[in-house]
Amino acid sequence: MPLPIGDTIGILADNLRLRKSVLPISAKGASRWAKGLGLPRGGETVLYTGLMYQLIPYITAMSASQEKVEDSFLAGMVGLGRQVNRLVSISAFMARPPAAVKEQYDKVLRDIAGLLRTAGVEFGYLYGDELYSGALIYDLGGDDLFADHARLVYDTFRKHGVKNVITVDPHTTNMLRSVYPSLIKGYDLKVRSYLEVLAQADLRPVRELGTEVVLHDSCVYARYENVLDPQRTLLARAGCAVREPGESGVFTHCCGGPAESLFPRKARQVAGERVEQLQEAGGRGVTMCPICLVNLRKASGPDLDLQDISGYLSRAYGA
Amino acid sequence: MARVNPGFLEEVRRSDEFNASSCMNCGVCSAVCHMGIELLPRKLFRYVLLGLKDKVLENKETVFSCLLCKQCEVNCPAQVHIAENVRSLRYYMNKKVFKH
Repeated sequence: MPLPIGDTIGILADNLRLRKSVLPISAKGASRWAKGLGLPRGGETVLYTGLMYQLIPYITAMSASQEKVEDSFLAGMVGLGRQVNRLVSISAFMARPPAAVKEQYDKVLRDIAGLLRTAGVEFGYLYGDELYSGALIYDLGGDDLFADHARLVYDTFRKHGVKNVITVDPHTTNMLRSVYPSLIKGYDLKVRSYLEVLAQADLRPVRELGTEVVLHDSCVYARYENVLDPQRTLLARAGCAVREPGESGVFTHCCGGPAESLFPRKARQVAGERVEQLQEAGGRGVTMCPICLVNLRKASGPDLDLQDISGYLSRAYGA
Repeated sequence: MARVNPGFLEEVRRSDEFNASSCMNCGVCSAVCHMGIELLPRKLFRYVLLGLKDKVLENKETVFSCLLCKQCEVNCPAQVHIAENVRSLRYYMNKKVFKH
């Protein structure tokens, strides 16, 4: 029996409504990556993580649990789970990622913050006030709830006097740059991905990487936000030979991740097809979206070295 | 026998963004779909346009399997807003079927 669509969406929607995130994560856990960096609180320009990288360890653990539930008798109990989840967060019990995994994704954010500093960008961070963008609920068609949440996120930025937002992943970039403005009257935030910011900065590498990499473009960057050049420019400037897989650029092959929350097995199948394309192209795999990274890693196992682009850029441009 | 609901299209359509009627049924979307979804969006949008509500509701899994990756949309010669149309169907199902 597949996961029941209505109840599974219901749990995610209830979490956003009650706990302000599709999977609950504490404010302390979400801002742990910034500890010791001395980032100012708020300011005109902020780095907005949208909690995406911090949520990945939880999504991975949750997805593993869902795969066990999918096609078992437990799938019939998701409705009951939803009732319980309204009172006590069952997601918190189902998703308990190891500390080492959380540290791995925290490092991505530290690398990004370090790169922006190296590029001379002045920015703050909202720490515990930062909220998830609501992207998954928007994708699942929960528009009324999403609109309320988007307003809450926007009001939080306004409260802190934010005018410019630097994003770290494609889904959050798309929500803040293209979706929020259609919902919020007078929306005036200027939104750019950190890749766009870095590509425009006069950033010179301190180390030539001399590595062959195969680039996996995110569907959202490529087809929703037209972010195609910055990643290529930055990797090439860093001394990487960038290889393109069978489907790339605006015709990039999806990682399957968007199906993960409802159809984990189908998601893995799509990811497997993409992993084959990346392997055929040769080189080390580079992603720029946490959803792509986790989904492709799950399908490839140790057969393909897959890393977030921030790690390469940090090694090349970092101080 | 299929039952036709003439008001179904208006129930699903939330704005001019919903342009299923632009589809000319060429099949490119199905050919390039990474999920291998044969039904989406050609037949599904046709069901909406014809008011075949029951047929659409039979295909919840198909509607929610779509990756919204827009591979079909960038290849569509008729500029159908496929991803947004699918999201409209999801919104409809959330409201009318799942009662969210």
